[in-house]
Order: sequence, then structure tokens, then C-alpha cells
Amino acid sequence: MNYQYNIGCSLSNLKGIREFVRTSLKDQHVPEIEMSAIVLALDEMCSNLMIHAHHCNPDHMLELHIVIPATGKFIFEIVDDGSLFDINEFHEPDLGNLVHQKRKGGLGIRLVKAIMDNVEYLKRDEKNVCRLTKIIK
Amino acid sequence: MVHIKRLQEDGADIISVIGEIDASSSIELDLAIAKSVGEGFKKILVDCSALEYISSAGLGVFMSYIEELRDKNIPMVLFGMKEKVANTFSILGLADLLHIAATRPEAKKLADELSV
Repeated sequence: MNYQYNIGCSLSNLKGIREFVRTSLKDQHVPEIEMSAIVLALDEMCSNLMIHAHHCNPDHMLELHIVIPATGKFIFEIVDDGSLFDINEFHEPDLGNLVHQKRKGGLGIRLVKAIMDNVEYLKRDEKNVCRLTKIIK
Repeated sequence: MVHIKRLQEDGADIISVIGEIDASSSIELDLAIAKSVGEGFKKILVDCSALEYISSAGLGVFMSYIEELRDKNIPMVLFGMKEKVANTFSILGLADLLHIAATRPEAKKLADELSV
């Protein structure tokens, strides 16, 4: 089964993204801790894209796709046509450095990589596709 | 959407965080902690019992105060976290950097010990 949600790049829409993910997965017997972590990862990826690739312009749109598998390998895709924001190209900041520099950012990438089994980027119909894979046993 | 309430008890400022903290609402938490520090409180307790969700934006706010509070000798203790929220802190290993207690009495006790 596939689900799709289109949303403008406003941070006030993050709550709707979280509800969409939760609703799409609600009948999939995903344990609550795993569910919360997946919701968090999608929030982090979308807020990163909204801020860094779209400068929070609400007229710019993100498409979220969720592919519910038969095998336990869940696929989440975020499709946009902004500049590519590839988290694999960013080094995860050292926590000690973040504390010392009093930086409020930089934790989201670390969270996404810790939660998801794979993060990859591809092009489809001239658009960027960020594909997150999570295996639930 | 998040609501922040503050109340003072035994010289500590207790900041109650109610709802969800994400990139759109983390500024509210930032302002509350800044006010608490600015008003000169020597102990800050953060009641997370009604916190339903926190993203990296909220975690980053707590992280950004660690050094300032350490320099000013102001202990900040978080307490009452639900498991799903605590899990977000533990994924990043923040439990080692922040002071976290299970209950309000334990948080007060820990803040007292840290402020000696």
C-alpha cells in the first residue's frame, strides 16, 4: 500500500507531516518506540529540506511517499525540486563541539542516520528523491 | 504547538513544557530558559511530564545552554520524561551531557546536590 502527502515548506506544517506518518503506519503493528523514532526522522528530514533547500517558502512543495511493504522494509520518500541537500555529505558534528560552540543545529542528521537503516538520493522526473529505508522485524 | 508554564518553588524555577517541540516551536523553550537565567534563578527544573514530542531543534536548545549554565553554576535538571521522549535523548547519547531525573523530588534532590 502507498500513501502520499503534499505539503508546503512552512515549519508550521511539520505537525501535519508527523500526523501523516503516524496515520499511515497505524495498522502496521509498528512498536510505539519505533513509530516515534520514524516520525522523528521524517520530521528532521523535512525540516532540513524546508530550511536549507527551500528557505521556508510555503509556496514550495514537498511530496511525501510511504510504501508499506509485505516484508517489513518500509520506504519513505521525500520528493522536491529544490537544491539537493544530501545529509550523507555532512559530517556528523561531535557532541562536545556542539556544546562548546553553543550550536542549536546539527543534531538532526545524527538522529536520522541513527534511526534509519539507509538514506539514499536519486533523481526521478527531474526531481530529487530522498529515500529513507527502515526495516521493522 | 507547545505551551510553557513557569512556577517558582524553593528557589528553583520550574519550567513545564506541554505539547510538542519541533523546529517551529523550539524558540518558546529557548525564551523560557533565557528568562529563567536572566531573572537570576540558581536552579532550573524542566518538567517534561506533558512533553509529547521533541525534535533535534528542542534538543539543540538544551545543548546550547549546557556551557553557560555550567559557567554560572546553575544546575538544570529535566524530569518526568515519557519513554518515547526519553528515547530521543538516548539515541543521541544526551543523557550523559544533561541532568535527567525520573521524578520532581529526584530532580530537586539532584539540583540541590549539583548546586553545592
